[in-house]
Amino acid sequence: MFDAGSGLLATAWVPLLLSLKVAGWATALVLVAGVAIAWAVARRRFRGREVLDAVMTLPMVLPPTVLGYYLIVLLGRRGWLGAWLHEQLGVVLMFTWQGAVIAAAVVAFPLVYKAARAAFEGVPTQTENAARVLGATEWAVFVRVTLPLAWRGILAGTMLAFARALGEFGATLMVAGSIPGKTQTLSIAVYEAVQAGQDDMANFLVLVTSVVCILVLVGSGRLLRVRTS
Amino acid sequence: MSLELDVRRRFATDGRVFELHAQLQCTHDVTVVFGPSGSGKSVTLQAVAGLLQPDAGFIRLGGRVLFDADRGIDLPARLRRVAYVFQDYALFPHLSVARNVAFPLTRWWQRRPPAAVATRVAELLDTFEIGHLAESYPAQLSGGQRQRVALARALVGEPELLLLDEPFSALDPLLRERMRQELLRLRARFQVPMVVITHDPDDVASLADEVIVFRDGRVAARGDTQTLLAEVESGPQVRRAMRRFLAGAVNGEPSSGDA
Repeated sequence: MFDAGSGLLATAWVPLLLSLKVAGWATALVLVAGVAIAWAVARRRFRGREVLDAVMTLPMVLPPTVLGYYLIVLLGRRGWLGAWLHEQLGVVLMFTWQGAVIAAAVVAFPLVYKAARAAFEGVPTQTENAARVLGATEWAVFVRVTLPLAWRGILAGTMLAFARALGEFGATLMVAGSIPGKTQTLSIAVYEAVQAGQDDMANFLVLVTSVVCILVLVGSGRLLRVRTS
Repeated sequence: MSLELDVRRRFATDGRVFELHAQLQCTHDVTVVFGPSGSGKSVTLQAVAGLLQPDAGFIRLGGRVLFDADRGIDLPARLRRVAYVFQDYALFPHLSVARNVAFPLTRWWQRRPPAAVATRVAELLDTFEIGHLAESYPAQLSGGQRQRVALARALVGEPELLLLDEPFSALDPLLRERMRQELLRLRARFQVPMVVITHDPDDVASLADEVIVFRDGRVAARGDTQTLLAEVESGPQVRRAMRRFLAGAVNGEPSSGDA
């Protein structure tokens, strides 16, 4: 019993660490890109703004398999970007954990983007104008006024994005495959365990995944509650 | 001080078009811009502060050109040395009173204001009798206290011109008169010329050296208290309001029926 338990833990440990690594990197990417694009859409007026907003929200509604297919077309050996990366830099993203990061980032992106856009739009333009009149540069306005007033919403969105990246399955499987110890994340390991009839393993992995996601959701819920009160 | 401007701006929203064409020369210490809401007073002041770009014209303050459409000059708001007290004060809700007032003298990478700035801010807060509120946040303050914070924050950077947008409209009537007197004391103390927007004739009576009346995006009348009435013949609302203003200004004596 004890031996079986520690064996499960040892087997679950590898995909869990990989999932945390992939989700962590994906969240970092998505945080920077999501905040930058959300700020531009919320505060700047430019041609194609509505189209950009729609495209940035698209991963939320498209099936992960469709996103995975797009990524293969883009990043594959003969893909538009993949071929260039391979020839110029010798970088291959398909079937690597970095590829899994890209897939998770694309799927999680709208969660940060939507939250950040709403948070930026909740900052009164008047308050930003007050800072401008008081001598602040545009960068100072962003760092000293906009960001401090919007960070709670952004952080809540970021935690949701982390949870989403952690549970990513479809796009990751298509782009990175299921190589144990290399690209086999927690959610993919669950699928493999069920397929192989390893019910104990599946139960344990499902439990671990659920606990991690519940922790993240409780955390982000708490942040949002503080903001609205 | 001399603020001189001649600006045009066309606003089109939902099929309605509003044409602003403001021409001003303010040479007095306190100029009051008076007019009904929607008459173009606020947008004119925003143009002076650099928060709104006119389509054409120029804005000059003292010897400096702040805006000149023909010469392609449009000084950013942060370089204009024009302070603006917003109608709702626009205090920074995430900063304490002391940090709000220190804002213009603190750089973006400084986590707290330098010592010299902190001393200066403390003195200024005492001048405004809000020293005991230094560590409070805007949400904890009354309307009058917020206004004092907004004024202190506007004056700490020693601007060349102070713009006030409906400064007393958010205050209850009893407090208004007190704050008017306070504003006059400030003018004497800080030697900063002011342009005050209002639609309250009592503000004109208490504050104005010079009054400029806006209507429909244009300057309908301008002048000192004595010569004003004759110039605002048109528009019953403006006239009624200006009569009340005159009645207050001339030692409380009601103006003789002129019509």
